[in-house]
Amino acid sequence: MKLTRRHFFKFMGAAGASVAALPSSASAWESKAPPDPYGCLVDLTRCVGCRKCEEACSEVNGLPTPERPNCQCTIFEKKRRPDEKAFTVVNRYFTGKLDAFDNPLPTFVKVQCMHCQDPACVSACIVGALTKDETGTVRYDVSKCIGCRYCMVACPFEIPAYEYHDPITPRVMKCTFCYDRISKDGGIPGCATICPTEALTFGKRETLLKVANKKLKDNPGKYIQHVYGEREVGGTSWLYISAIPFDRLNLPVLPDTPSPKLSETIQHSLFSYLWSPLALFGVLGAVMSKSNKTAEKQQNKGGA
Amino acid sequence: MRARPLNKKFWTPGVFVMLVFMIAGAISIIARFTGGIGYVTNLSNARPWGLWVGVDVATGVALAAGGFTTAALAHILGKHLYEPITRPALLTAVLGYTFVVLGLLVDIGRSWAIWKPMVNWNTNSVLFEVAMCVMVYLNVLYIEFFPIIAEQFKGRVNLPGLLSALNGLVDMILKIGDAILDKIMWIFIILGVVLSCMHQSSLGSLMLVAPTKLHPLWYTPILPLLFLTSAFAVGYPMVVVETTIATSSFKLDAEMNILTPLTRVTIFLLGIYLLLKIGDMVVRGTYVYLFDGNYQTNSFVIELLFGVIMPWVMLLFERVRHSRTGIFTAASLIVGGVALNRINVFIVGYQPPLSENVYFPAPGELMVTLGLIATLMFIYRFAVTYLPVLQAPKEVST
Repeated sequence: MKLTRRHFFKFMGAAGASVAALPSSASAWESKAPPDPYGCLVDLTRCVGCRKCEEACSEVNGLPTPERPNCQCTIFEKKRRPDEKAFTVVNRYFTGKLDAFDNPLPTFVKVQCMHCQDPACVSACIVGALTKDETGTVRYDVSKCIGCRYCMVACPFEIPAYEYHDPITPRVMKCTFCYDRISKDGGIPGCATICPTEALTFGKRETLLKVANKKLKDNPGKYIQHVYGEREVGGTSWLYISAIPFDRLNLPVLPDTPSPKLSETIQHSLFSYLWSPLALFGVLGAVMSKSNKTAEKQQNKGGA
Repeated sequence: MRARPLNKKFWTPGVFVMLVFMIAGAISIIARFTGGIGYVTNLSNARPWGLWVGVDVATGVALAAGGFTTAALAHILGKHLYEPITRPALLTAVLGYTFVVLGLLVDIGRSWAIWKPMVNWNTNSVLFEVAMCVMVYLNVLYIEFFPIIAEQFKGRVNLPGLLSALNGLVDMILKIGDAILDKIMWIFIILGVVLSCMHQSSLGSLMLVAPTKLHPLWYTPILPLLFLTSAFAVGYPMVVVETTIATSSFKLDAEMNILTPLTRVTIFLLGIYLLLKIGDMVVRGTYVYLFDGNYQTNSFVIELLFGVIMPWVMLLFERVRHSRTGIFTAASLIVGGVALNRINVFIVGYQPPLSENVYFPAPGELMVTLGLIATLMFIYRFAVTYLPVLQAPKEVST
């Protein structure tokens, strides 16, 4: 292996210059959340499990009719998750709460993409097929997707689903926040339009947070004092209030730190302007040049 | 003693066993591209990554680390004593990374779109950085391997049939390419080490975006550092394992004069990894999970005990370092330990937060993985038979 000194310095000069051009301090991580996103507030004390939202969702998004759409009983015997055929599902939980006649009281919980403020999926997506829009929507662009499914690994709510049985052109499937509707003036997502009990309220996230906190304050006995989604993983566009602790309703306990913060901080402090690879290249080049010179010297001595 | 083609009998019973696995793998791959990923795998929405990512990709990349660690030792640090193992290590890396990409092509939903990260950049994505590094590194590896091909065929290109008209042209390409590469190879050797350090560590960063989904025994902010140091540590043991298997399969002498000093380097590198792993456990207080006794924590204990501590202690004994069996056993344990670590991080330690945690690879998944490994071994055997990769005693050569 020959590394001539001239070659070496030519290359190292370039590497050194790039390292010198580095900003003095690695910039701290900043949230990329849109300033005034839409949101949706789910009041679990109002939901009666009619599943009209599932039906409306399928219709708006061109999905197959929900499984047994009119069933409000046995369908709840199994816990369902959103999948490639249904962007939202309602589940029933018995948490030990009793009514006046000592019958167990159900709590119904609608689940869908939470449209996080700093979504893990958006940070993870290798090609940027997932983006967080100004409206608050986490959008999916199938034309960029390569099907690596890292978004599914990253999502703390286990939401993105995959068309595993399409061999060539499978898609990631998840709630669209009815983007085509809400991006227009006065547009409301399918589920929020149809909800007969007003369990779903669509609006600006800021406004909804005020509404939610007012409800908690005005009805301290009715609600637990926690707006789910206000702070979870840095905040989500969808917010929940409930009479039952959320972890008993399969809404996971999550840290307040946005999921992408750690990995993005590491990536950017190591690789912005490729400073560390260039520096490593320089160091290794210097070592290589030195060890080759020593070897040459030894060879010359041997030859003499 | 120079590296030379072994020119030994190629078709042995073992090779036919490989063929069986290759055919089974090919059938499973056809099934995957007709029925979809769901048709041959047990993957689900809760469990999007399984055997193919955990073994074919993550373990494949880790075990191909010998390529850059030996290059760093022999070419950059100038320890020319180790020259003889650079070629088999390079061959493993070339094949390893090629099969990582093949494994990815089977695993990703839209294989035909694999080029898209080149035009759609998401620099926030850890996977984007890994993909870019692996792509460039694969090309660097092919460039590093070029001189071996040139050495074998320069001046004696003899293509069959009609292709023989191209003999002169191919020969010229080999000669010119070899001459140019001889001058600039140092760039590719350093580049290979830099790219390896980048993506070996970033493979560990992949799971950092999902703090609630990876068991705390593995989820740590220093996961990238652990991946990097374990890749350093596993490089030489992997070379030991494969050259021992290759040399004993071809009935050659083992390179004890190289392997023994190599194990001393390994004691140091594995020691750093062990220190970081235990230090991380103590600092984060995760040792409380050690004896939970479920399959996840047991898998961690096995990984740490048999994959790191035991081989490290073994190598401390001079008797082990001077025995072929001793070195081979310790090296196999290290290789197994790092492989298990990657499987643990991507499969065993992964816990879907809301769904039931049930995943075991389907027969189709296993067939694809085994088929790819068999094909890799088949090509390795083919390459060392007909290309100057391993050192063979003189009397064997033609």
